[in-house]
Amino acid sequence: MILGIIEHDRGKIAEASLEMLTLARGLSQQIGAAVHAVLIGREIQALAASLKAYGVTRAHLVQDERFRDFAPEAWTKSLVQLIGSVRPQVVTAAGTDRGNELLARVAASLGVGMAANCTEVRPGASFGVTRLRWGGSLLEEAELLNEPKLFTVAPHAVAAQSSPAREFVTEEFRPSLEEKDFRVRVVRRIESEKTGVSLPEAKVVVGGGRGVGSAEGFRILEELAQLLGGAVGGTRVATNNGWRPHADQIGQTGTQIAPDLYIACGISGAIQHMVGLKGTKRILAINKDPEAPIFSRADYGVIGDLHEIVPALIEEITKVKAR
Amino acid sequence: MNVLVCVKRVPDTGARFELTADAQAIDTRNMEFTISPHEECAVEEAIRLIEKHGGSSTVLTLGPEAAAEQLREALAKGIERAVLLETDGSEWDPQATAQAIVEAVRASRFDVLLFGNECADGCNYQVGIRVAQALDIPCVAGIKALEIQDGKAIAKREVLGGWEVYELPLPAVFTVKEGINSPRHPSLRGIMTAKKKEIERIKLSKPQAQLVKQRLKKPAERSGQVEILGQGKEAVPVIVAKLKELGVI
Repeated sequence: MILGIIEHDRGKIAEASLEMLTLARGLSQQIGAAVHAVLIGREIQALAASLKAYGVTRAHLVQDERFRDFAPEAWTKSLVQLIGSVRPQVVTAAGTDRGNELLARVAASLGVGMAANCTEVRPGASFGVTRLRWGGSLLEEAELLNEPKLFTVAPHAVAAQSSPAREFVTEEFRPSLEEKDFRVRVVRRIESEKTGVSLPEAKVVVGGGRGVGSAEGFRILEELAQLLGGAVGGTRVATNNGWRPHADQIGQTGTQIAPDLYIACGISGAIQHMVGLKGTKRILAINKDPEAPIFSRADYGVIGDLHEIVPALIEEITKVKAR
Repeated sequence: MNVLVCVKRVPDTGARFELTADAQAIDTRNMEFTISPHEECAVEEAIRLIEKHGGSSTVLTLGPEAAAEQLREALAKGIERAVLLETDGSEWDPQATAQAIVEAVRASRFDVLLFGNECADGCNYQVGIRVAQALDIPCVAGIKALEIQDGKAIAKREVLGGWEVYELPLPAVFTVKEGINSPRHPSLRGIMTAKKKEIERIKLSKPQAQLVKQRLKKPAERSGQVEILGQGKEAVPVIVAKLKELGVI
């Protein structure tokens, strides 16, 4: 059996978990095993039911009165107890911050290896995986030796596809936890002020790099993004120079984005930035250097100074929209 | 307060890199090396904690002899002590790395143990977490703010739409993300002092890995040719037409 750890927040299942289930379903057909899901937290019954559509035949609902927000050690211990009870061959999660953390903790508890951010798994005499290295600018083929097999699925590696299971049941699992298991927990959450669409969810993202030149230079990018209902991001150069807040960094040490269109302004195309664009459908690059590596990775290119082109573009779009 | 910070030596890649002929590593001839980005911030955080609360700081790495360069970089910025867990330079899986670190630090009394959330090259997301679990001390992963008050830690993690706040007792492990601070540059005096400092060395032989690398490969590049829409401001009408075609406006 394959056990998939489902990530959810305020009544919504993470898209990355549905992608993970899609990959798990493919694996289940190869090894002839069922896909089970595990959810931790409160009010998870209805969420669990929605997983039938993704081929899950059984959902384990881990419940304890003390579960409120994330408590990594209590969650880990619960998962380890569930694994001991239902004995899966494979345990998998989404390759998100939380998924990677939880599975690493489970791996440490079980004393087994774990492969983070896999794009492919190959069961057989040996269990092969292909995983992202260097934030995705390199792939590694590796073998996972011990049992059970633990891996996370890289976000955007497979598209989430539904395929309803014939049967579906939920089962409650009550872990045996002590107070000590809650020594690390979220004691409160701070909500950010809502300022438009967030980077990971935006359909259009306008990104700026070294060529933008200053915090002031980002104004026109913001204006363009606003016109297109999008969000603004930057390269590591832009955030390290303080031109943008760090949370706006796109790339290996920042956010992964997946818009329909990414407009890259004054961005050279360093790998550390490009790996943040894995899920991006189309890239339009504006750069004055025709030799910039970004042009070999973009769909559309405009050669020229963004400080001239972007204001002219804003003016034209405003006119078109006014018609 | 005693602070440990663990770092990794990684090549400083630019826009392109090639693999070695045996596909086991990046071809690093003509490449500089650096401390992995999240860990540079971990080093800065360690220095700030000691500046604020007093005590001593130690930097540790597992890697080849050449990784002494990254230890000296941390010393030059203000870390006091350096430990090199010296290997033959081949890659260790996260389980083996964590175990070696645990053995090296078990006898020491560190209050705060800092790691990067993940290293730039391996991207395993595990070493700090595995160390915490083996030492049976609490851990918060992926933090972007840390404060120590009355012997306990307040750590913040950025999530979609806000922040999670954790409070936990020390000793504890934290894996940090870039953005927690802006790392300083070493002073000239720092560089000179670091050159003379003794690095403690422990030679290790490689244990059996559980995640066994077979080969590296480059992912398929985005296919197709770039369509050049034009040059300068004159391209604007073409861009607008393209945006319409894509349904963006």
